[in-house]
Amino acid sequence: MKLKLKVWRQQNSQSEGGFQTYDVDDISPDMSFLEMFDVLNERLINEGGDPIAFDHDCREGICGMCSMYINGRPHGPNRGVTTCQLHMRSFHDGESIVVEPWRASSFPVVKDLVVDRSAFDRIIAAGGFISVNTGNAQDANSIPIGKDIADSSFEAAACIGCGACVAACPNSSAALFTSAKISQLNQLPQGQPERYRRTLDMVHQMDKEGFGGCSNTGACEYECPKEISIENIARMNRDYIKASLCKD
Amino acid sequence: MSLDAKIPPGELSKKWSDYKSKVHLVNPANRRSIEVIVVGSGLAGSSAAATLAEMGYKVKVFCFQDSPRRAHSIAAQGGINAAKNYQNDGDSVYRLFYDTVKGGDYRSREANVHRLAEVSGNIIDQCVAQGVPFAREYGGLLSNRSFGGVQVQRTFYAAGQTGQQLLLGAYSALERQIGMGKIKMYSRHEMLDVVTIDGKARGIIARNLITGELERHFGHAVVLCTGGYGNVFYLSTNAMGSNVTAAWKAHKKGAFFGNPCYTQIHPTCIPVSGDHQSKLTLMSESLRNDGRIWVPKKKDDNRPANQIPEDERDYYLERRYPAFGNLVPRDVASRAAKERCDEGYGVGASKMAVYLDFASAIKRYGKIEANKHHLDNPTEAEVITLGKEIIKEKYGNLFDMYKQITGEDPYEVPMRIYPAVHYTMGGLWVDYNLMTTVPGMYALGECNFSDHGANRLGASALMQGLADGYFVIPYTIGDYLSGEIRTPAIPTDHQAFVDAENSVRERIEKLMNVKGKHSVDHFHKKLGKVMWNKCGMARNAQGLKEAIEEVQQIREEFWKDVRIPGSADEFNPELEKAGRLADFLELAELMCIDALDRNESCGGHFREEYQTEEGEALRDDENFAFVSAWEFKGDGNFELHKEPLVYENIKIAQRSYK
Amino acid sequence: MNWFVTFLTSRNGQKFVMSLTGLFLISFLIVHLLGNLQLLKSDDGLSFNKYAHFMVHNPLIEIISIGLYIGILLHAIQGIAFTMKNRASRGKKGYSVNTYQAKSWYAANMALLGTLILFFILIHMGDFWLKYKFGNSLPMTTIDGVEQKDLYWGVKQSFSQLWIVIVYVIAMFVLYFHLLHGFWSAFQTLGINSKKYTPVIKWIAKVFSFVVCLGFLIIPVYMYLTAN
Repeated sequence: MKLKLKVWRQQNSQSEGGFQTYDVDDISPDMSFLEMFDVLNERLINEGGDPIAFDHDCREGICGMCSMYINGRPHGPNRGVTTCQLHMRSFHDGESIVVEPWRASSFPVVKDLVVDRSAFDRIIAAGGFISVNTGNAQDANSIPIGKDIADSSFEAAACIGCGACVAACPNSSAALFTSAKISQLNQLPQGQPERYRRTLDMVHQMDKEGFGGCSNTGACEYECPKEISIENIARMNRDYIKASLCKD
Repeated sequence: MSLDAKIPPGELSKKWSDYKSKVHLVNPANRRSIEVIVVGSGLAGSSAAATLAEMGYKVKVFCFQDSPRRAHSIAAQGGINAAKNYQNDGDSVYRLFYDTVKGGDYRSREANVHRLAEVSGNIIDQCVAQGVPFAREYGGLLSNRSFGGVQVQRTFYAAGQTGQQLLLGAYSALERQIGMGKIKMYSRHEMLDVVTIDGKARGIIARNLITGELERHFGHAVVLCTGGYGNVFYLSTNAMGSNVTAAWKAHKKGAFFGNPCYTQIHPTCIPVSGDHQSKLTLMSESLRNDGRIWVPKKKDDNRPANQIPEDERDYYLERRYPAFGNLVPRDVASRAAKERCDEGYGVGASKMAVYLDFASAIKRYGKIEANKHHLDNPTEAEVITLGKEIIKEKYGNLFDMYKQITGEDPYEVPMRIYPAVHYTMGGLWVDYNLMTTVPGMYALGECNFSDHGANRLGASALMQGLADGYFVIPYTIGDYLSGEIRTPAIPTDHQAFVDAENSVRERIEKLMNVKGKHSVDHFHKKLGKVMWNKCGMARNAQGLKEAIEEVQQIREEFWKDVRIPGSADEFNPELEKAGRLADFLELAELMCIDALDRNESCGGHFREEYQTEEGEALRDDENFAFVSAWEFKGDGNFELHKEPLVYENIKIAQRSYK
Repeated sequence: MNWFVTFLTSRNGQKFVMSLTGLFLISFLIVHLLGNLQLLKSDDGLSFNKYAHFMVHNPLIEIISIGLYIGILLHAIQGIAFTMKNRASRGKKGYSVNTYQAKSWYAANMALLGTLILFFILIHMGDFWLKYKFGNSLPMTTIDGVEQKDLYWGVKQSFSQLWIVIVYVIAMFVLYFHLLHGFWSAFQTLGINSKKYTPVIKWIAKVFSFVVCLGFLIIPVYMYLTAN
């Protein structure tokens, strides 16, 4: 396969940045999208150029590190797939591909396609936990949890924190990310004692980080590589309203 | 120096409880002024850091990823073992202990393994309390499944994402402490050296990966939780960034390296598809609960799998190991697959793959479902549809992943799988306290050598990482730190910090100044090929000797001819990779030396010269029932120390899964 | 009252206000449509004028209408504030290619649709409400012995001009799309979403938006056609 790549290059967070175009050939349809970048980088190094920086680690779709905006969509054209699991057979020979970093004021560009997503960590640090010190736990089976609740909590917990939701959202809202964690914990019996405090703290932190508000476009759900549902956002809203207006 | 494992005296089952009641403690007021550095934020690192901070220590955590949540523990799929006996099938602490020692081919330390089995139940309790959404039954109680090498159901799981859920649990505990200001987190920081003062670990030198700045950090103790070194093979199921650097720097500062040759090759991975391949993807061991492994009975059979009739298929694991069948331990399953492929029975374009087939499981589940729905004479198509639903519920995400990578639909055709490097049982040598041979420096999780002997059983890595972090280090570190309460924080302008930083800087400059012709990956791929071919699933003396020479040669070429673009004072992923590869190139040699030295076959270490007539691993308990702990003696020189393994509670026997 | 301010200025709080005011405005649309449909009666505006007179002279309705104006203002002000904050969150640089899959184009452009509707409301109110309440351009008529302005005449007058009819038709399309997203979105914001009843809400949203906008749209078109 031959491809024309238009990639965002930016030296560091202060510099301006712009697009550069690369022609790549000899791409096998069995390669992953990142392996195609490996090939390009290898060539750039051999030519004495500067390889393109991009985030990646596990390359099996679970660590949430990879983050490319490919042809106008986070993680590229397929649903339910991260960039590292996107394979070149999803593109056709001779195709032009535009690759950009996640864009949001809360995700500043570090270099090229690498952005800083530490805002997500701070949202979790604000309340995305159950306060139980090591050693305080009771026997695991002493809290029965209905399968439906356990499954629903698990579905929310499948979030990998990649930030595609923010990248896709026309408002750069982190509602899906934040609500997934809130929804995982708030549904479980273990999560009840801190339920409303957690919701308030996490939602306020999300605002403080500068993420936009949710206008229910559903883009996040559609682009989420783990297909997290916006039902979670509704749960967060419900708990936030209750926490703000009803709870002392 | 002689190795002292510091195993507490007394009866095996009482050692840990006796130890806990007698160990020296640090009082809460003193903990506030004691600083601990934790390197790595996976299961072991996050759980250790969170727990130590909860106890009141001042903790700093370092990870090279952009967030602690990305550590590679997240990719563990199948599950975590615990001796809860919730299934009432005869499980117990002793049985978990026994299975682990036997699974490790009698090359692990009894006392450590027993402690692991003892705390395994607490881990599940802790994780559930944190909100980890484990799989449950309709009645609301926890569900279990079985894993390789055992005959009970003791594996707790969260679909195919157990590692992710456990890590996110530990990460949330970590973030909670960060939010409370008790932990200072340094993401995108890589540890590049340990600072020792008067023989004790007193801090680290870390590089800020964004700015390239070198930073000095003091700690009364340094806890390494930096994972395994499987990436020495270039292709492995490890994350791209997984590396040995922290452990290797520690080794060069005096920490002995234990059993470096013990590598686990996981039997069920997606086969290599071409030279471009950057990493391998695991298909969870849990698939072997329902999948049947086979190859054609005829050599070079090129028919598509579905056209090969039942009686022309060789279900070789079921044939060779009737008692455990497809659920034999990993080392056994991997070797059996290699044996079939080497003999010419492999499948797929490369002929380096075997089938993992779900057709009979689909039918079996389909029939059960049909019965449940009171369908009296279901058609074959109905049965298959119902069966697929069940398989989808159990393994849906794995099947999707397989399809995504290979382009084939495993619901319709059998998966093609082949073994791949997955885990390293070897690591820094630690005593019962998890302390390395450098006082004040600890190694936890995959980074140490301790619990899995020569082969790790499935679903035990998560157990060990969390056991070390949540339940072991919080006690054992007190034993050391209680002696440090009078040591004030050492300012980082101390000469030892200055020297360490200078040597790190020199090494980086040396790398940058090579200005050669080839990329880092070029050398890494070369190294990987040598290691896979000569120090991989099967090794022999001849090959290992060659490998040592070849590794030395690649190392020499690397330092003469590597090209690193950009500069050292900016975000430079190529420089990071180069530093890691430089360490792999040194470790690789030690792995081969160790493999050459161990004239026996055990677990993941299979020496072709030492096998039974049936091709099983042949241990030599008389001469090799010891841990090889290697001391660094300057470039390419290592001295072997032996820690004898004494089995007082288990009768050592030939491992049989037949 | 600190907690209340915190709530109202949070992005979720802003959305909460928009959702409640939105639902209130939706309920007003029903009343407004039912009243206006009397324009279609062939009684020379008798019942419509009666209704119009009742609406501006009943004290209870007066109070409710103040609520309505406040609702519109709140909805618009919060909407504008919300959108401006979101613009800032987006950052300075946008994507050069953006084909993200929002559920729909209109969901991603609620602010634009809302602004158009606001302009329409100003035109609409200037044309009728202002003239009826404060102006003296309308002729007088006597119904049941009460002398009042003949709003029916005014409406007929307006809807005989093609450009006004076109403005109304376009506005109803804009409103249709705003409602299509706004209706179920209001429920989502209030946290009402479940696999069981959300499909019902979405179905009602579709039917409601269609029926209401069609109803409003028929009036000017019908009157234009019958006038000429």
